[in-house]
Amino acid sequence: MKNTISRIGQSIKLPGLSFLMAFTITGIIIAVSDEKVMNKIGSPIEFLKSAGASVGNAYLALFQGSIYDNRLAKSNFFEGFYPFFETLVTATPLILTGLSVALAFKSGLFNIGAQGQFIFGAIGASYVGFRFELPVGIHILAAALAGIVLAAIWGGLVGFLKAKTGAHEVILTIMLNYIAAFFILWLLKTKTFLRPGRIDPIAPEVADSAKLPLLAGENFRIHAGIFIALAAALFVWWLLTKTTIGYKFRAVGANSQAARTAGISVPFVITSTMMICGALAGLGGAVHVLGSEHALNTDVAGSFGFDAITVALLGRAQPLGTVFAALLFGALHTGGRMMQSNTGVPLDIVVVTQGLIVLFIAAPMFVRYIFRLKKLNASTSLTSKGWNG
Amino acid sequence: MSLELRGITKTFGSFTANDSIDLKVETGQIHAILGENGAGKSTLMNIVYGLLKADSGEILIDGKVVDISNPSDALNVGIGMVHQHFMLIPVFTVAENIMLGHEKSSKLRVLDLDQARAAIRAISEDFGLQVDPDAIVETLPVGIQQKVEIIKALIYEAKVLILDEPTAVLTPQETDELLNTMRDLKNKGTSIIFITHKLREVRAVADQITIIRRGKVVAAVSPETSEGELASMMVGRAVDLSPEKYQHEMGGAILEVKNLTVRDALGAAIVKGVNFHVNAGEVLAVAGVQGNGQSELARALINLEDHIEGSILLDGEEIRGASIKDSLHAGIAFIPESRELDGVIGSFSIAENLILDLHELSPYSKGINLSAKVMQSEAEKRVAEFDIRTQSILDAVSTLSGGNKQKVVIARELSRPIKVLVASQPTRGLDVGSIEFVHERILAERDAGRGVILFSTELDEVIALADRIAVMYRGEILGIVDSKVTREELGLLMAGVTSAKVGAE
Repeated sequence: MKNTISRIGQSIKLPGLSFLMAFTITGIIIAVSDEKVMNKIGSPIEFLKSAGASVGNAYLALFQGSIYDNRLAKSNFFEGFYPFFETLVTATPLILTGLSVALAFKSGLFNIGAQGQFIFGAIGASYVGFRFELPVGIHILAAALAGIVLAAIWGGLVGFLKAKTGAHEVILTIMLNYIAAFFILWLLKTKTFLRPGRIDPIAPEVADSAKLPLLAGENFRIHAGIFIALAAALFVWWLLTKTTIGYKFRAVGANSQAARTAGISVPFVITSTMMICGALAGLGGAVHVLGSEHALNTDVAGSFGFDAITVALLGRAQPLGTVFAALLFGALHTGGRMMQSNTGVPLDIVVVTQGLIVLFIAAPMFVRYIFRLKKLNASTSLTSKGWNG
Repeated sequence: MSLELRGITKTFGSFTANDSIDLKVETGQIHAILGENGAGKSTLMNIVYGLLKADSGEILIDGKVVDISNPSDALNVGIGMVHQHFMLIPVFTVAENIMLGHEKSSKLRVLDLDQARAAIRAISEDFGLQVDPDAIVETLPVGIQQKVEIIKALIYEAKVLILDEPTAVLTPQETDELLNTMRDLKNKGTSIIFITHKLREVRAVADQITIIRRGKVVAAVSPETSEGELASMMVGRAVDLSPEKYQHEMGGAILEVKNLTVRDALGAAIVKGVNFHVNAGEVLAVAGVQGNGQSELARALINLEDHIEGSILLDGEEIRGASIKDSLHAGIAFIPESRELDGVIGSFSIAENLILDLHELSPYSKGINLSAKVMQSEAEKRVAEFDIRTQSILDAVSTLSGGNKQKVVIARELSRPIKVLVASQPTRGLDVGSIEFVHERILAERDAGRGVILFSTELDEVIALADRIAVMYRGEILGIVDSKVTREELGLLMAGVTSAKVGAE
């Protein structure tokens, strides 16, 4: 038990410290970019006071925008959690795309294609959602399954091409992302997908029977997707640690040559990993459409597929870590908007914070130097795989 | 120039790698440091070369204390080192590699390669190290690459040369050549520290021998000491260097290879239509200078190579073209040439490594469910049976020594039903104790009626273990000879001289 605790402690030390440093530097940037603060540069005490206030207000807004805002709790305490539910809504697809990238890492693959896979998941779910009429429950299942299958094919294609021809998955996934992004632009102009009576590219809303149930009533957007995402995380953990398939994935990821010599089929691992990765990201797209968007539009994927890379890195490619990292990013995104509207600190600063967190995680030696740590358990192999990995 | 070490101590955590080591290397002498892997030889040399800092103790050059805190300090006081793994850039020429870090250029910032070439030629002549300065390093044989490393040290006027396991990567001929080079260097006044665990070589060239065991100097002896004595001092107990090839039962052919050709990706034949067979209860050794197709032949036997033609009959069944998994499960145990790359997964635990080719079988898994409990309980048994020295079966294999990594590979391969054992360079880079262990297991498999194919470049090993010896040269098997053959005859075969020619002379 003590071992487990110290192991967990070890594994969150780096992300934790990176997080701390990123927020410190972001704070400095917020202070320096605030004119009111800089005007007081002449008197150090006033300057520090003002800087403290500026940064404090910004971070308070970030908190109120992402976790709890007492000003919203008008009739009861519970309503104050509105921002937290928004965080969960944003984090839900991010958990799924993050898991997609994390699982690929475990097999030694760099899946940049979560974005494209997400788009196909959204397309599949949307089509089944608005085109058919099915009983509740079954409709959700069918729509989600359509998204999963489409995206699994899209992802599996990458694995198949890599296994057969040796083409690098990074190039393949980047190119397939472009194709997916333009495909959805075209698709939303076709008769099948364009909502009747509209000229802007948007698909019909999915049937009510295909919408994921809301968890906290009409006033909140929080939907059952969060449980699907958590179940997916549990699935990935189970797959990796408890099954022969996951064992093969990890073996190939850690040393594909030794795995091959021992008779593990590397092409099988590459193809099946990419299929499951595609399915996970596609489920993200499906959940996003069925849970919160309800209608397919050209920007449905946002940056879920790209943020997923950061999330997986921050979560150190572990399922639980990925969940926490996605929650953190969800909070930063939702809180960032409140920060912008309340204190005038631009939303982009959140992106800076995200960038800094990843920067520090990718440079564990630097964090170790700053904090004078003797040992820092860093999985550098995640990021240093290189092009021939 | 003489080099003296006084009371060098270095600890890593609670582990003492060097325990107050005293050592004196006289001018123009070859001083061998003999010890098993993990005895602390490399740590000591890294301290001398400035890669590590000693906790206490001092280094004296010609009687004066010097402070060496990085490799350039070491170079400045005249200490050069040739590492076991070469520090060369493969795509650069010899001259470019040698000037690296000391580039001289003309006014227009153009590299002055002519000067480097001239310097290399001068050193080549002085020390009899013939190397073409314009050759691309990756196209050179390993033995020549090593000469480049030696020239690199000499060109910066190294007076004390450290050679870290220099013969580990060399063929017997290249080894002989290196030993000659060492004698030449010594006659020119260069002192040499020769790190090794190979007894024959030590006795051939060393003037002084210091034996290190578990971080301590246990003996300083002369090269007249017998191999047996050296080995037992090194290991700390009596060692049997040549296992008895007592009479044993031999059965019929268990593996037959007919007209086997292996091609590389470009279609060139690396192994050219070889034929041989192995009997049950027999050790067939495949000898040859490295790079004559042995590695590819070994890999082809379990279909690891991509382009294989011909026939491989295991107990009468054709297995050529089968998947790697099916080849293994048909009854071939495979000990790959490179443990680190092909044998084990460093970041996996010992228990996980032990099921690398067994994880789909009962009792390790049911359907897709992997049983951690069975995996661990079986691992405990293997660790005990094969004497794998570790704190816990959950430790990563990368924390083990080379010998223990090899034991993990052997334990895994021998813990399923097999008919044939294919072992490719199974003792390369291992210490005496581990070599002994590997040899015992190979002979035990033979005695249990398995066919064993041993690929080895170590002549001693081949002669000690084999019933018959096949010699490979340029992708062909030149001849299969009885194990009573002499070293000289084998050496000639390995150089491509067939017995007909031997007889004619």
